[in-house]
Amino acid sequence: MSAEEVKKVVLDIIADVAPDEEVSDINPAESLRDQLDLDSMDFLDIVMELRKRHSVEVPSEDYPKLATLNSCVEYLTPKM
Amino acid sequence: MKYDAIVIGAGMSGLAAGIRMAMFGKKVCVLEKHTIAGGLNSYYQRRIKETKEIAQFDVGLHALTNFATKGERRKPLTKMLKQLRIGYDEFELCPQSYSLIDFPGKQLRFNNDFELLKNEVYEKFPSEIDSFNKLVEKINNYNELDLNATYISSREVLNSILHNSLLVEMLLAPLLIYGSAWEKDMDFNQFVIMFKSIYMEGFSRPKGGVRTIIDKLIARFKEEGGELKFRCGVEEILLKDNKAIGVRTTKGEELFAPRVFSSAGLPETMELAKKEVNAAVGKMTFMEAIALTERKPTKSEFDATIVFHNSLEQYHYEGAKDFFDSRSAVVCCPDNYEMDNRDGHGCFRVTFMANYEKFKALDRSAYLEKKEEAFEQAMGIVKKLAPQYEFRTVLKDIFTPTTVERYTWKKHGTVYGSPDKIRNGKTDVDGLYIIGTDQGFLGIVGAILSGISLGNLYGLMESE
Ligand SMILES: Cc1cc2nc3c(=O)[nH]c(=O)nc-3n(C[C@H](O)[C@H](O)[C@H](O)COP(=O)(O)OP(=O)(O)OC[C@H]3O[C@@H](n4cnc5c(N)ncnc54)[C@H](O)[C@@H]3O)c2cc1C
Repeated sequence: MSAEEVKKVVLDIIADVAPDEEVSDINPAESLRDQLDLDSMDFLDIVMELRKRHSVEVPSEDYPKLATLNSCVEYLTPKM
Repeated sequence: MKYDAIVIGAGMSGLAAGIRMAMFGKKVCVLEKHTIAGGLNSYYQRRIKETKEIAQFDVGLHALTNFATKGERRKPLTKMLKQLRIGYDEFELCPQSYSLIDFPGKQLRFNNDFELLKNEVYEKFPSEIDSFNKLVEKINNYNELDLNATYISSREVLNSILHNSLLVEMLLAPLLIYGSAWEKDMDFNQFVIMFKSIYMEGFSRPKGGVRTIIDKLIARFKEEGGELKFRCGVEEILLKDNKAIGVRTTKGEELFAPRVFSSAGLPETMELAKKEVNAAVGKMTFMEAIALTERKPTKSEFDATIVFHNSLEQYHYEGAKDFFDSRSAVVCCPDNYEMDNRDGHGCFRVTFMANYEKFKALDRSAYLEKKEEAFEQAMGIVKKLAPQYEFRTVLKDIFTPTTVERYTWKKHGTVYGSPDKIRNGKTDVDGLYIIGTDQGFLGIVGAILSGISLGNLYGLMESE
């Protein structure tokens, strides 16, 4: 998948996990947690959705790599 | 049959745990002994004789606690909806008008804006302003969700901060009766949870009552591919080398799974697993008198949503010594949730603390007589609170602790479960987890969050 496609995958998942959030306004360099109402339960959901939809495994020690939209793309692109 | 997880009970916690696990591809089966879902907060119907109309009743629902507005951040209600992927609008929540803590000579009002309660305390207990603020600050900074927390007496904490014992009693009353498994006092963690969910967040009611919530939970569970069986009680939890391996149902079927989540209660569950457990059966149980009246009260006749009425300066929260204890009562008028429609019948629900053993010992006719007596006393309280409201009852219904026992299989009809809670949900049996009431989170929102958290923890994260 291209970086652009991975970005879309992540945004689609966030939109499903947190339906009340406006994903089009996300600043890709800024922490997702600070911009959106996401807590550890929601991050679990993002990880679970990545596995369910795209068979990508994110071990818990790698959760910090999902901090911003940019870091998500950087971390996930080689895996997808 | 082989599953990834079996859930005992289709109440709030069981359905929520089931949804979470099914959402991520686990094969889950929820087993319910009753013919319908909901457990302690279910529904039923009765026919009104004179008009032949069918009236819908909720078993429990006075209030959905933890009110939040749409999109409000970091709130338990918002979290719960998000985790279950249920849209905020789907429950059509109607907020309360206000509720009242009614003690002799003193009243405190609160609604879904914490400022009201604060101002009421400032006005009625002016010497307690600073101490009350200190209490609020302590509550705001408290980590009440720590799964390893141990029991701390709320009365001790409150008495160390507040000076006026009447204020202590008044603040405790609603929180005790809406969620304490302990008599007289409650765990401070639980106090903080309840303080936030009742005073800081507030009450609402889903349009259509509790059935709106139950139907939505069932629909979500089925959408995710979950299996739900009614009239299918668990008779035994099957173990091998002290590990849960499945269950045998009342139909004689054996179902297998490496994980069993039980919302049947801690003593009840351990009995199903044929294990000794050091957990007391909770003493707190209630009876309720429900009156459908010919018409709803007007605003000037009665406009409170819930009244926590107490006729003494001290609040006696304990298993009733007599059949029921009419020194205090909770009076709920579901018509006083914000609703446009003022037509149709009115409704009053009056709850008393009650005594299971006493009701259990009665024969049929004495039982009916006792219920009648409770109903009359309950209506006496309604008349006192709403003296202008002249009403005629078109249908009455009364349930007692034995009713609760009969439909939920909770020992002694206990409503808030055992006073011995298992915060991390783990039992002495591997793979057997306690969810809902006896895990320590209760009420509708609490039980749902309990199912979600433990489903996540033991069904999704640890099972990898
Ligand atoms: C009268 C009353 C009023 C209440 N009012 C409110 C209120 O206004 N607001 C609020 O938030 N909360 C209220 N509550 C509390 C709330 O209903 C409960 O805290 C909550 O529903 C508990 O959910 P649970 O999943 O823990 O347990 P339960 O609802 O008890 O679910 C357990 C389920 O397991 C089933 N079961 C038991 N044994 C077996 C077995 N062996 N095999 C299969 N199934 C079994 C039961 O039938 C039941 O469906 C009220 C409760 C009552 C009784």
